[in-house]
Amino acid sequence: MKNLSNLEKKINSELTTKIRNTKVKHKNIYISIENENLLEVIAFLKNNNETKFKQLIDITAVDYPEKENRFKLVYLLLSHEFNSRVLIDFFINENEIVTSLTSVFPSSNWMEREVFDMYGIKFKDHPDLRRILTDYGFVGHPLRKDFPLTGHNEVRYSEDEKKVIYEPVKLEQNYRNFDYKSPWEGTEYIRSQNKKKND
Amino acid sequence: MTKEKKTLNLNFGPQHPAAHGVLRLILELDGEVVEHADPHIGLLHRGTEKLIENKTYLQALPYFDRLDYVAPMNQEHAFALAVEKILNIEVPIRAQFIRVMFCEIGRILSHILNITTQALDVGALTPSLWGFEERETLMTFYERVSGSRLHANYFRTGGVHQDLPRGLNEDIAKFCQNFPKVINDLETLLTDNRIFKQRNVDIGIVSKQDALDYSFSGVMLRGSGVPWDLRKSQPYECYEQLDFKIPIGKNGDCYDRYLCRIEEMKESVNIINQCLVKMPSGPIKSLDGKISPPPKKELKESMEALIHHFKLFTEGYRVKKDEIYVAVEAPKGEFGVYLISDGSSKPYKCKIRAPGFSHLQAMDYLIKGHMLADVPAVLGSMDVVFGEIDR
Repeated sequence: MKNLSNLEKKINSELTTKIRNTKVKHKNIYISIENENLLEVIAFLKNNNETKFKQLIDITAVDYPEKENRFKLVYLLLSHEFNSRVLIDFFINENEIVTSLTSVFPSSNWMEREVFDMYGIKFKDHPDLRRILTDYGFVGHPLRKDFPLTGHNEVRYSEDEKKVIYEPVKLEQNYRNFDYKSPWEGTEYIRSQNKKKND
Repeated sequence: MTKEKKTLNLNFGPQHPAAHGVLRLILELDGEVVEHADPHIGLLHRGTEKLIENKTYLQALPYFDRLDYVAPMNQEHAFALAVEKILNIEVPIRAQFIRVMFCEIGRILSHILNITTQALDVGALTPSLWGFEERETLMTFYERVSGSRLHANYFRTGGVHQDLPRGLNEDIAKFCQNFPKVINDLETLLTDNRIFKQRNVDIGIVSKQDALDYSFSGVMLRGSGVPWDLRKSQPYECYEQLDFKIPIGKNGDCYDRYLCRIEEMKESVNIINQCLVKMPSGPIKSLDGKISPPPKKELKESMEALIHHFKLFTEGYRVKKDEIYVAVEAPKGEFGVYLISDGSSKPYKCKIRAPGFSHLQAMDYLIKGHMLADVPAVLGSMDVVFGEIDR
């Protein structure tokens, strides 16, 4: 724990203006930065002799549709030498472009492709920004909160056409999202009405 | 006059026995030499992360069995640990030993499959016949404890679903006695086998630096000589109380990775034996009624238990607002769960970090300049399972 706060101090003193804030939680260091400083911060953490975060563990995004800066990008780094992890995050809006890390970590290639596929976030200087997990010719970005859980298209083998065809999803029963929050206070819309009355 | 170079594009998979699942590999060949490899993944994509966002924490757990379906409980472990850390729950010591024991069983399950199919890929049939017999035994242990051979759904937040049935400990101990002999038998077939060595030694070499740059973990990293195992370096559960070694490779080729896996299996047997000895009696899940369901018997007598039961299986337990990344050493490498909870009973976001994803990504780098026949050997030694890569 002591090592971690020392490391945190070290990072803070070196990167002062490039960092918004840091904290130590769950034995990890959490750093918030700005989009434009990403490459510098990561390159520093990787190459500095007192941090040595030599491994990029993962890149992911989180969608908060109600916020103006809708996406939070998260970068996870690991330092074998100092046995510590760091989570770097920053917010961007829907149209912002993020710098690709492929020049620093070759492994970021597929991770960025996945973020692009799942959230539609674009990366600058990425050598090969294609979809990765979804089907060829897929439309939309499935992990956005406004993408329906059941999707838009389904496939089946058509006996008439003798090939696999795409059709709009037709469910016998729609996906039911039960509201269990508090059965005796009523469902969501009743609760929000009550809340308005009280206000 | 220069001769124009002509390359041939070859589709390897998605229906290919050596592709270990649904990998579509587009190879650019110059004669028999691979110039470029472009893996197309996602053919088994089921949207696990999206589904988890729409389920309660309890309902989300079974999805983890379906990621790396060769070692299901190791995946569940990561998720259970993540939720426990946020909720700050103490897991009873017996449950910890049970979990570790079954994680090591999972490691053996995965390594047997990998070693024997790697041998199969390079032309040896017998190891897989011998190995699968042992896997079947191990899967009956899974079945006896959880009711299911593969998709166990056994680790729960705060402990495990139910206690070990009578006689299981003795049977596991018996297995641990016999299994080292099976490993030796496998080794007599493979370790010094001329063909196996010709196909694996000096194939798919990964240097230390590249292993780090390409985010390798697990055997892929240790095979290249990096001493890094989360069970030792960031011990979770009761691994601190157990005594085991971490085998390290030297050359970082397919053969070293095979050797690492063989040694790891031996260590796993060792860990299971220690668990059997050290396992105390006691509760097997957290006694907090808000988290773990009450025993069936209490339901008939206690009103409070009935309420807890009802709330747990309708709404589920709520998890306070937090953000966490937890990783475990799964058989294939670092398996991590990045979880964001928002105070409700469903995760707001759950990113699954699958080790195979980074490993397969390096396919192009690993196979460049090798012969076409080396593709299955390299792929086999990477230990890819598409359940976790495609998610």
